[in-house]
Amino acid sequence: MTEHRVDLAVIGAGPAGMAAALAAAEAGTRVAVIDAGVRPGGQYWRSPAPGAGPFRPATLHHGWRRFTSTDTRLTELAGTGRVLRLAGHHVWSILPAGDEWSVHCVLGAEPRQHGTPAPVTVHARRLVIATGAYDRQLPFPGWDLPGVITAGGGQALLKGNLVVAGQTVVVAGTGPFLLPVADGLARYGARVAAVIEANSPLAFARFPRAVLGATGKLGEATGYAGRLLRHRVAVRHRHVVLRALGTDRLTGVLVGKLDRAGRVRAGTEREIACDVLAVGWGFTPQLELPLQLGCATRVDVDGSLVVTVDEDQATSVAGVWAAGEATGVGGADLATVEGRLAGLAAAASFGADEVGDDRALRRRRTSLRGFASAMHQVYPIPQVMLERCSDETLVCRCEEVDAGTIRRAVVELGATEARIVKLLARPGMGWCQGRVCGFATACLTARHAGRPVAEADLRAFADRVIAAPTPLGQLATWPGDEPPAGDGG
Amino acid sequence: MSRPHEFEILFDGTPLPCRDGWTIGAALTAAGVRSWRTTRHGQRPRGLFCGIGICFDCLVTVNGQPSLRACLVPANPGDDVRTQEGTAR
Repeated sequence: MTEHRVDLAVIGAGPAGMAAALAAAEAGTRVAVIDAGVRPGGQYWRSPAPGAGPFRPATLHHGWRRFTSTDTRLTELAGTGRVLRLAGHHVWSILPAGDEWSVHCVLGAEPRQHGTPAPVTVHARRLVIATGAYDRQLPFPGWDLPGVITAGGGQALLKGNLVVAGQTVVVAGTGPFLLPVADGLARYGARVAAVIEANSPLAFARFPRAVLGATGKLGEATGYAGRLLRHRVAVRHRHVVLRALGTDRLTGVLVGKLDRAGRVRAGTEREIACDVLAVGWGFTPQLELPLQLGCATRVDVDGSLVVTVDEDQATSVAGVWAAGEATGVGGADLATVEGRLAGLAAAASFGADEVGDDRALRRRRTSLRGFASAMHQVYPIPQVMLERCSDETLVCRCEEVDAGTIRRAVVELGATEARIVKLLARPGMGWCQGRVCGFATACLTARHAGRPVAEADLRAFADRVIAAPTPLGQLATWPGDEPPAGDGG
Repeated sequence: MSRPHEFEILFDGTPLPCRDGWTIGAALTAAGVRSWRTTRHGQRPRGLFCGIGICFDCLVTVNGQPSLRACLVPANPGDDVRTQEGTAR
């Protein structure tokens, strides 16, 4: 077993984690940056290996200069021993051990690739959680067909491999993220048949102050819209995907237009031929580690479970800070600002004297959070997707649980809480541990129980005793004083 | 801007072109392969879905090691990639 000992462990090397690590290290703290990815940058600044082909960052990335300058500075600090960069480290558990934390990892791009993965433990006195988020999904008929991928998955293929997911692509769901996904695919040679957006950006007119506070965001969106126009990509607002078509692979999608009440308007259904559908409905923050630590959570404006933090990005657990999407989905700029504040606060807790004036940073955070809040209200989950979720629609892809089984667990077996639905009907009990179906199962449970989604419903699918696939042999040699507790599942 | 290093991997015995730095999932996608696993209960075909190691839909057998996430496994020359059925055990 390899062991490292540092002052601060930053979990995640995306925009928030990189900013936190750099801020803390420059203030004199010895930092380990731990990330599952083989290259730094997280999902946002994912980049291909040099052999994959000619890579022009400007074609796929925003803020690439900020990434390279932060990356270069972290490498310099790694040279002095101030920063330890641990790539390909999948954290599966964090346990308290005396006055420090033991961060347990398994090593590798896919740790089980060569049998039993090598264990690594990082001992740290403080933690910054910057674990990011992944695409939020809603079930609809046919969404398990090969060729249906997540919007983020389509982008990861491009950013990480320079591979285009298919020849004719429909990008669908909701949120401003759909635009860079469509733009990237079109630039790299896919025919983007349509962008199917459930909401309309015109709703930003209701939030003039939030928009004025973050004018750069508007420029970004206008840039994508212009380029999509040049690629002749039609963006259909207030449209949803009703069904993925095909028997063993995707051949097209059925889409429909929403009326003012948010229902599918009769006679507007039509088919679009495509071999790939890239779909996403906002993002789900990755919270198993902060939940393991006992960090308090709340439900954010977008309906996602997020970690509660104070003005210094401190969580409810002493010695643990959080930044970026884990504290509320808001994009890379907000993540960078929060990461920096978290890193400075963690450094200050060691008595670092030179943390400087951070008032401008705090003002920037306020305006970016204001914009994020407006964005969530402009791009809500279309309730029609849940209303139309027929009994035959697959919800849990791993355990192959359909919506009817979930409905019957609630209305016939009386499981009014998502946690009980999970135990009775098994959604969220398979390989992915509810990462994909958790949000939808929570929504469907609440809907059938005739009440709004509660924090407990979301927590039922976010609590994971083991945060990454770990061989039983590793658990048998559990390094902590106590074996892991919990309801399994 | 280095030139891509190209090689082949085997998918159920058929050679597929691959580039240095690609994942197994990227190589299969680039070759037009959309599924390489069937589910335990419904025997439904599955392939890439989340693309970032979250969903475990893209599980595949590589060099005899089953249930690996194709979206994460880096491809190497001569890799023997095989479809897997059910639990692959």
